[in-house]
Amino acid sequence: MSDAAIARKIPSIGAVAWLRANLFGSWMSTAITLALGYVILRVGIAFVDWAFVNAVWHVPYSKTGIAETAVCQNAKGSGACWAIIADKYRLILFGRFPYDEQWRPAIVIILFVALFALSTIRSVWRKGTTAVWVQRVALAGAGLIVLDNAVDLLLTIAQVGFGLHISNPLGPLLGTLNTIGKCGFVFGLLLLWPAIGVWVATLAVIFILMSGGIAGLSVVPVDYWGGLPITLILATFGLAFAFPLAILVALGRRSTQMPAVKTLCVVYVELIRGVPLISVLFMASVMFPLFMPPGINIDKLLRAQIAVILFAAAYLAEVVRGGLQALPKGQTEAADALGLTYWQKTGFIILPQALRLVIPPLVNTFIGFFKDTSLVLIIGIFDLLTMGKVALSDPPWQSFSTEVYVFLAFIYILFCYGMSRYSRGLERELNNARGR
Amino acid sequence: MAGLDLATSGPLERGGRVKPDHDGSLSAARQAPKRRIRLSWSDPAFRAIVWQIVIVGVVLAIGWYLFSNTNRNLSARRIATGFGFLDRVAGIPIGESLIPYNPAEDTYGRALWIGVLNTLKVAVIGVVLATLLGTLIGIGRLSSNWLMAKLTAFYVETIRDIPLLLQLLFWYTMLQGLPAPKQSWRIGDAIFLSNRGIRVPYLVWESAHTWAFYGFVAGVIGTYLWNRHANATQERTGVRPAVWPVGLAAMLGLPLAIWGVMGAPLAWELPVLRGFNFQGGGTVSPEYFALLAGLVLYTAGYIAEIVRSGIQAIAVGQWEAAGALGLRRGAILRHIVLPQALRVIIPPMTSQYLNLTKNSSLAVAIGFQDVVSIANTTLNQTGQAVEGIAVIMAVYLTISLSISLFMNWYNARIALVGR
Repeated sequence: MSDAAIARKIPSIGAVAWLRANLFGSWMSTAITLALGYVILRVGIAFVDWAFVNAVWHVPYSKTGIAETAVCQNAKGSGACWAIIADKYRLILFGRFPYDEQWRPAIVIILFVALFALSTIRSVWRKGTTAVWVQRVALAGAGLIVLDNAVDLLLTIAQVGFGLHISNPLGPLLGTLNTIGKCGFVFGLLLLWPAIGVWVATLAVIFILMSGGIAGLSVVPVDYWGGLPITLILATFGLAFAFPLAILVALGRRSTQMPAVKTLCVVYVELIRGVPLISVLFMASVMFPLFMPPGINIDKLLRAQIAVILFAAAYLAEVVRGGLQALPKGQTEAADALGLTYWQKTGFIILPQALRLVIPPLVNTFIGFFKDTSLVLIIGIFDLLTMGKVALSDPPWQSFSTEVYVFLAFIYILFCYGMSRYSRGLERELNNARGR
Repeated sequence: MAGLDLATSGPLERGGRVKPDHDGSLSAARQAPKRRIRLSWSDPAFRAIVWQIVIVGVVLAIGWYLFSNTNRNLSARRIATGFGFLDRVAGIPIGESLIPYNPAEDTYGRALWIGVLNTLKVAVIGVVLATLLGTLIGIGRLSSNWLMAKLTAFYVETIRDIPLLLQLLFWYTMLQGLPAPKQSWRIGDAIFLSNRGIRVPYLVWESAHTWAFYGFVAGVIGTYLWNRHANATQERTGVRPAVWPVGLAAMLGLPLAIWGVMGAPLAWELPVLRGFNFQGGGTVSPEYFALLAGLVLYTAGYIAEIVRSGIQAIAVGQWEAAGALGLRRGAILRHIVLPQALRVIIPPMTSQYLNLTKNSSLAVAIGFQDVVSIANTTLNQTGQAVEGIAVIMAVYLTISLSISLFMNWYNARIALVGR
């Protein structure tokens, strides 16, 4: 057969052509395909056998309610024991939250997911109304909240610092005004800047659902919180508070007029980025109690939360600074030429452009911190990973750690993969926009 | 424009370093050199001074408040401050150590130093292995073989979406699930894999080996010098003397010759099962192995992405132009593509090395005694919380700064020289 005849026989499109081009292009490629194909098939079949075919889904329980895991022990090595997940999933997901009230953390998880999903829609982040009366309502609301808290703070300082016990006759009134103020503030925010308003309102609802004490919900102390909500709270609250702080630090680090502030910011960022998160968490758990005046005890979860915020802010600040530096100088100069003040220039010209540039690396940082919240295991906070270990400490189930770890990994992958898909979509969009 | 690349590629991922440039504000550039500051709120310079005093004042006040509280609390608990405890006898049992250690006699200072060495042992070997594996996977992602590209992409995506701590716990329990020493898996009668770790034969070290090692070092230096000579000759005459035969002879032949002349001693100490555990031979503890495996597999996922984006950043035209000049494929890679790709790769790679080092602190969760773990035990035993955490932070800051300085030096060396 001549070369031309061979060429005619080989199709250039279609499945066979695709196979030739991508799997059997050269003898090397063919060898790789065959070797990898063999390994993938073997591993894949073994995995399906383990996870589905030979898996044990239920175990019988003794009269006293103890799981009889003999079936699982027999299947060990050949099949997974998913019965442990069926037995423990509520413990892993919701921790030691009172059993009858576990619908509350379940709703919290759904709220978090809905909040994330909503945030990925671009139009949600548009500005709302610019009506002046709405601005006034929001400002007045914020004023009432600040007033109540300021009075409380002054009284606390008087008590702790100077030993004065002053009873506050206006306490109940101020408390009511505070509640009214919160409603007004959230209402105004929802209209002015819907996305931020939704975030504040949702986080408030989440907090109420977890702690209770309002609207007939029974009070659940923080010690009983656990599982997935803790992971989500640490990550989300952490980033929600770290982000504004990060913007301030990034701006401070870029400041030319304030060398002292710049030095503070540089020292803070480099110090935090030079040490592992573990050491900051240790600081929160061991050293923080020493920082406080005697008699004041801050809850462990809050301390870890503060550590996560301070840690995340340093990393986010560097990302934001990258965006600030990427912005052409002409933008600042044009804003200065218009006679804008520093905050007008920063708020209306610089930040909106700079932050848009760094959304993909910001999301990557978010993913990193979502995973890093698992480190609170080491200081004994009951997040998702810790609850997995707690579930494994139950004697009948002790030897089935693989199943639990696979289950936990699956949950983490769900969240992280969602975020990274979103980030990649954004990146592509940004690249397309720039290509034009 | 340099800045716009930031949004797409790795450099801005956690810890990415960005070269500083000037702030764009008008005041710095266009102000008259000696302007008097008016004592008025409408003067930006005056406002700046006031705000700085306020901010620094607030920070100092908070710092002083925390400091005084700490002092009060410490004296209330009768804990003496200071690093005097470092000279006291530690009594911490330490499983693996690079230097001799006796818990009954040695001090906290020495125990912490062992921790530092253990951290370095994981970090250095981890960085090397993660770079090798990551580079392979990164190149695999660019493979023209569809199966290879998809498989490596799947690996990268999955491994990066699972918390490192979870992976470490997984590997550690996996190793715990291995059979006991008596039923250990074995390769020949030399390598044993059990829940006590990996036992390997240990080369009985003699002076011939030391001299052979010196010979190897001399060979490396000789090869480097010969390479410089070859470069110079090529510059002068256009003909390049062959380097690899000289390199092979100097780096491999010389040590072998020395070893042979000194009698070629080669004795292996084999691990032998005695009672419930092995005697003799070298050992890799399950804690160390789990930590190293977890760190390497996890970080390799990130390094793969960095390598991939670095190679992809080099335009195809570079390959084609070099090919048109008559360079061979290896020469193109070495002289044209790699130098340019490294410029993109080095800064984010630096932050991955830093991350790996900092992540090695998770050792405390699986019981490998690195500096965090030993400092933690120390502060629990002595109550010296502030000092213990200060030690941890100082150690990591030193390591981080050293890596940063070295990589910045290397980066400056390979950076584009501006015209």
